[in-house]
Amino acid sequence: MTAALLQVHALGKRYRLPRRSLFRAPPALTALADVSFSLPSGRNLGVVGESGSGKSTLARLVMALEPPSAGRVCFQGQDLQTLGAAALKQARAGFQMVFQDPYGSLDPRRSIGQTVSEPLLLLGVRSRAERRERAEEALAAVGLRSTDLGKVPHEFSGGQRQRIAIARALITRPRLIVADEPVSALDVSVQAQVLNLMQDLQDRWGMSYLLISHDLAVVDLVCDDVIVLQHGRVVEAGRAEQVLRRPAHAYTRRLLAAAPGAESAGFSN
Amino acid sequence: MLPVSLLQVDQLQVTLSTPRGTAVALRGVSFDLARGQTLGLIGESGCGKSLTALALMGLLPDRAQVAGSIRFDGTELTALDEPAWCRLRGARIGMVFQEPMTALNPLHPIGRQIGESLRLHKGLSDAAASVEALRLLDRVQLPQARQRLAAYPHQLSGGQRQRVVIAIALACGPDLLIADEPTTALDASVQREVLDLLATLVADTGMAMLLISHDLALVADRVQQLMVMYAGQVVESAASAQVFSQPAHPYTRGLFAARPRIGLARGTRLATIHGRVPELDAMPPGCAFAPRCMLAEQACRAAPPPVLHWQPAHHARCIKPGVTA
Repeated sequence: MTAALLQVHALGKRYRLPRRSLFRAPPALTALADVSFSLPSGRNLGVVGESGSGKSTLARLVMALEPPSAGRVCFQGQDLQTLGAAALKQARAGFQMVFQDPYGSLDPRRSIGQTVSEPLLLLGVRSRAERRERAEEALAAVGLRSTDLGKVPHEFSGGQRQRIAIARALITRPRLIVADEPVSALDVSVQAQVLNLMQDLQDRWGMSYLLISHDLAVVDLVCDDVIVLQHGRVVEAGRAEQVLRRPAHAYTRRLLAAAPGAESAGFSN
Repeated sequence: MLPVSLLQVDQLQVTLSTPRGTAVALRGVSFDLARGQTLGLIGESGCGKSLTALALMGLLPDRAQVAGSIRFDGTELTALDEPAWCRLRGARIGMVFQEPMTALNPLHPIGRQIGESLRLHKGLSDAAASVEALRLLDRVQLPQARQRLAAYPHQLSGGQRQRVVIAIALACGPDLLIADEPTTALDASVQREVLDLLATLVADTGMAMLLISHDLALVADRVQQLMVMYAGQVVESAASAQVFSQPAHPYTRGLFAARPRIGLARGTRLATIHGRVPELDAMPPGCAFAPRCMLAEQACRAAPPPVLHWQPAHHARCIKPGVTA
C-alpha cells in the first residue's frame, strides 16, 4: 500500500461575520465542516460543488494559507499546523498552487523569469545561475522558451499565462499541485491544451493534483477520485467513474444534470 | 409567409486603431434575425463576437471605423448619432452583459436601477416605475421581489444579480435582446436556470435574441440558429441542430472535439487545435484558419475561401465543408 501524500482529517473552518448587534455574539459562517479524505501519491482528487460550497476554502486550508478551525491537514505525514514558520516555508516546496485567473495571478510588472523563480528565492536558493537554470527548465516543461523569461505577462495569451503559472508551481518540484479552477477562464481549444499539459507533466514527474472545478467533465478526465461538497460538507465521495457516472446523492445528480451537454451525453435523470 | 426580418447585418466591417496601427477586427459579418427568432453566436476570445454585439448597440470605441450596414426594423444604424442611439438602447434593444456585478451600479438600490429606463424612455413617474420594477422582478423569478426592491447589488448572489440585469433589459419591452456571455460568471446550475429564464422570456414576449457565448454546448439547445465566428468572420452558420449533427467547418469540429465530456477514460488525450488565433495585424492571405487546419491545402492558403452553401441553409466559409479526414 502507498502511504498517503495528503491526509485531511475532520477539517473544519468557521469565519466570524461582522457583528449585527452590540449585545450579541457575532454570527459565524461554517465554510467547511468535518471534511476527511486521503490522497495517495500519484493519484488525483477532484473537488466539485457549487460556488459557496467550500471548495476554495478547502484549497486554502490544504495550502496552509489559513489555519483550520478544526481537524488537521497532513502532508507526507507532517501536520502542517504543528510546523513553525521556517519549517512550513521549507515544506511548501512540496505543495504548490495554480489559480483560476491567469490574468490576476501574475504580477504585471515583473518579468516571467522573476515570477517563475520567486518560489526558489523564498526557499533560499541563493545562486542566480541555479534559479535561472531551473526557471528555464520549468518553462521548457510547459512548452515555453527561455527567451520568454525577460518578457512581462501582457505579452502572453491567457493559455500561455496559465502555462507560466504552472511553471511557477513546478519549479520547486512539488509532489502535490492544488489547482483551483485552472482551466475555467480559458477558451475551449486552449483548455484542451492545458489539460493535456497537466497530464503530460504528471506522466513525467508523477506528482498528484488536487483539482477544484465546477466542470464535472474536466474532473472526470483528470481525477481518479472525487469528493462532492455541498454547504461545506462532503455529501458524496468515491471513484470518479462511480460518482460521476452512477451518482448516489441527489445533489451530485443535480450538478450532473446542470453540466452543459449532459443531455447529449446520455445523462437525463 | 417568410418571417419579417428585424435585424439585417450586411458585410459589417469594423476597423480599430491600435498602438501598432489599424486592425480590421470584423471582416464582413452578415446575418439576418427575424422577430421571435433566437440566434447563437459562438467563438473564442478575440474572434469578434463581443465587437459584433457592441456594433449592434452603438457602443464601439470612439475611434472605431464602421463599414457595411446594420438595419434594425428598417432604420440604418451605422449612421445614427448618439442621441438617436440613446433613444434606441434600453428601449428597443435590451442588453445583458457578462459580469452582473459591474453591469449594476453598486450605489443604487436595484428597484431604482430597473426603473431608470422606464422613467427615461417611457416617462413614468417614480411611483409607477417602482410598481413596474416589482412586476419585472417577479417576471425574472427573483424570490421575495417586494423586499428586494430596496436591496443593493452586493446583497444579492451572482445569479440573482443577473436576473436583475435581465429585468433591466426587459423593462421597456425591447424587440431585440442582446445577451453577451450572460452566464459565464455564474455556477453551472445557475447558468442553466438563467438560460432557461431567457428562453421562456423570449418565447413569451416574441422578442428576438442574440445569445453570445464561447461555449458551444451551453447555447446549442437554446437557440434556433447558430453562427460560429473565427478571426472576425462567420465561418459557419446553420440551424443549431444541424451544426451539431453535421458540423461543416474544421474549426467547429475542432471546438467539439476539444471539449472534455463526462465518460472519457481517465487520462484520455483531448484533441487540440494546435497553434493560436492569428493576430489582427498579421492575418494570413488565405483562409484565417488554414495555419491551424489539418485539412489545409495550397488553395486554402492562396486565397480567402468563399462562403459555400454546403446544404440548404447551411453555410460554411471553407472549400472542403464536412470533410473529416
